[in-house]
Amino acid sequence: MAKFVAITILVIAILSAVPVVRNTWHPVEDVSVHGQAIDDQMSETMWEAGISFLASQIFLAWLIWRFSGDRPGEKSKSFPGGAKGLVTAAIVLVGVEVFALGIVGVKAWGSIYFTQPGPDALPVQVQAGQFAFYFRYPGPDGKFGPIHADKISEANQNFFGLDPNSDPDSRDDIVTAEMAIPVNKEVRLLMHAKDVSHSFYVPALRIHQDFVPGLDLQLHFTATKIGKYEIVCSQLCGLGHYNMKAYLSVLSQQDYEDWIKKEQAMQ
Amino acid sequence: MSDTAAHAAAHHGPPTTFIRKHIFSLDHKVIGKQYYGLGLAAVLIGMVLSWLMRIHLGWTNYAIPGLHFLSKAGAPGNVMTPELYLQVMTMHATFMVFFVLTVAPFAAFGNFFIPIHTGCEDMPFPHFNMMSFWTTFVAFCVMLLSFFVGDGPTLGGWTQYAPLSAVGSVGGPGQGAGVVIWATSLAIFCVGQLFGSLNFIPNILDLRCKGLSMWRLPLPTWAWFITSCMGLTSFSVLMPACILLILDHVAATSFFVPSNLVINDQLLPHSGGSTLLWQHLFWFFGHPEVYIAIVPGMGIASHVLITNMRKPMLSHRVLVYSMGAIAVLSYMVYGHHMFVSGMNPVSSIAFSFPTLLITIPSTIIVLIWIGSLYGAKLRINSASLFALGFISMFITGGVSGFFLAQPSIQILLHATYFVVAHFHFTMAIAAIFGIFAGTYFWFPKMWGRMMNETLGRIHFWCTFVGVYAIFMPFHYLGMAGNVRRYSSFPADYMQPLIGVHQFITIAALFTGAAQFIFLYNFIHSRFKGAPAPDNPWQGTSLEWSTTSPPPWDNFGGRHMEVYHDPYQYGVESSTGDYVMQASPEKVKTENDEP
Repeated sequence: MAKFVAITILVIAILSAVPVVRNTWHPVEDVSVHGQAIDDQMSETMWEAGISFLASQIFLAWLIWRFSGDRPGEKSKSFPGGAKGLVTAAIVLVGVEVFALGIVGVKAWGSIYFTQPGPDALPVQVQAGQFAFYFRYPGPDGKFGPIHADKISEANQNFFGLDPNSDPDSRDDIVTAEMAIPVNKEVRLLMHAKDVSHSFYVPALRIHQDFVPGLDLQLHFTATKIGKYEIVCSQLCGLGHYNMKAYLSVLSQQDYEDWIKKEQAMQ
Repeated sequence: MSDTAAHAAAHHGPPTTFIRKHIFSLDHKVIGKQYYGLGLAAVLIGMVLSWLMRIHLGWTNYAIPGLHFLSKAGAPGNVMTPELYLQVMTMHATFMVFFVLTVAPFAAFGNFFIPIHTGCEDMPFPHFNMMSFWTTFVAFCVMLLSFFVGDGPTLGGWTQYAPLSAVGSVGGPGQGAGVVIWATSLAIFCVGQLFGSLNFIPNILDLRCKGLSMWRLPLPTWAWFITSCMGLTSFSVLMPACILLILDHVAATSFFVPSNLVINDQLLPHSGGSTLLWQHLFWFFGHPEVYIAIVPGMGIASHVLITNMRKPMLSHRVLVYSMGAIAVLSYMVYGHHMFVSGMNPVSSIAFSFPTLLITIPSTIIVLIWIGSLYGAKLRINSASLFALGFISMFITGGVSGFFLAQPSIQILLHATYFVVAHFHFTMAIAAIFGIFAGTYFWFPKMWGRMMNETLGRIHFWCTFVGVYAIFMPFHYLGMAGNVRRYSSFPADYMQPLIGVHQFITIAALFTGAAQFIFLYNFIHSRFKGAPAPDNPWQGTSLEWSTTSPPPWDNFGGRHMEVYHDPYQYGVESSTGDYVMQASPEKVKTENDEP
């Protein structure tokens, strides 16, 4: 029975590692400037966690195989080096491992959160509400008009509560249901929640940030590859949460300009 | 501590009426069994709910016979709607986290064994102890009530993030009365657990019998002591948080709702609240809660393993210090649930390092277990199998913590199935394996009969292989970016993952069905099992120095005295390879605690 337990643990450990080694399931391809640092961090952590996982499970299996049963004539013995050796190993090996990961990880995190967008970054506002994202571009004046919560109305398609009559900055604002940005152009994303908490998760851009009602947040990023990518909500926001998604089109500069003109004409 | 102190707890005589004996009992053992029964009822509810979730996730339009009994509006044609899915998910998590993972390893076993492990007759405050169970029972009934009130239970998840949880019924089905019932139930639950902790702590500190120093306490009792301290300080935060949430509903306050929110084109009347405040309060409770679920399992698995290894752990003290370190650190790491929540990104770094640090005591514990197996004479039985399974699960759950401790990696993995895999392996499955190990090990003591060993082993094999088949693929889903709390997966990049979900559903149905082997074994053995001897496993701690089951005063009027540390195995004594704590026999030993 003990040997069967040991073999089962061994088989489960190896089978568990196979899809990781074969890279069967993996994040969608990264198309951001900052994403490589996150992916590197992920694969380094996978190496360290994977080795820890396999080594621990295999060692556990071997101990169960080797040290089960009464085994008359054999005396109980202690692990060489005793607790002191193991505690030292845990502190030194795991301590060094996790702090190395932590310090390197700060760099990847900092590249997103501790840097400021450049002055030429394209401002785009995204508003999350049950259960859709809407996007707003400032138009030729480069300024967003203020949001008037009391004027927000899906029925009137005034998704951002704009009041062009009294706010000149709002008059040229462009509101869209899809997001489009130029390739290799830095984007400054202004995040606004209309109702409850949502999240802006774009796996391809290695971006993940909650919307906080009452607190507008900013992110900045640069997409490096033309294509169409999915934006999904990852913060439980109500019954339609599973279906809250939008597309992000990364376009060439010319295509973007054409697109924004077309959207402007439709306002 | 002293002989007199240990017997100061004998506040009550033997029960004389049926009600005092079986219902409103003051006896910690009856209360422990009541908690166990409550945990068993809750785990059945939680498991059936998980089946419903899994069927829906595998085959979204599958009509589940009888589903309309759960919710007419939520199951037209017996097909689950997205809102019913979220309600079922929220209740699955709530019943499991609170009424199973907190109740069974901590309140049930803790109640039964703390006074026995400390050699006294009962808890210091038996009336409070009785109230602890019945308060928890009321909380359980209130939570059940939410299935039958208004538009059903809340759909906001067990974390109940504001403002979705605080805006009322405008937020969706169950967000009005459902949330108020949820928060009321948990506020009551917190009171029950505080009563429990207020008994456990003084029992362990002040009512130990003669000769029983703190270092001579068995590891589960240490674990319950540490857990009680965590419970005292974390449930006392959840309770006011729940009360504030209720006030946002019933008293038009705005603790968690800021101004200018618009739902269904209506401007909400709230202003001035903070959505992140709820998250801070909740996770200040929520992360210690993870360890409230798992630390008792560590103690129980250690206790079961030591008895079956026939040798003590490499270091009793290192294990205790490590569990204590985890408890202290658990308050400093809670922010890792909030890396992308919108809190200051510098805070994410500040919360990341203690999270990484907590892997050190966790690794020490695993290495002590593994190192202690070296040179053992391991007995394989249902209890030890589940204890070994506990170690395997804890390792698996632990290593995924490396990923989630890092803010940069959470950009990929936050709110995905990777997180679901991580917390299930650690606080759920490992804790459940701890409960099973404890049940197979202590059943003879608690109910005076032996469980069926063959059925126990079959139960282990099905469960061990089954839970890996369920939860290991969750990691892969998460790595592919599969977001959790979705009732189906319309996003293009999630479509290829449906097959994995179907595999998991089949594994979940199989593993869940295997739990009925345990249930049958439990009920059958309770009434028809072979009578248990006093010390069936040749154990050393005080529970094995009394009858199975123990008399109402635990030791039949004997004033207990302890002469050894709890794990004197591998020695030569008149009883064999062990000497019991209560035995005055002197043996040659390397490390008897003073």
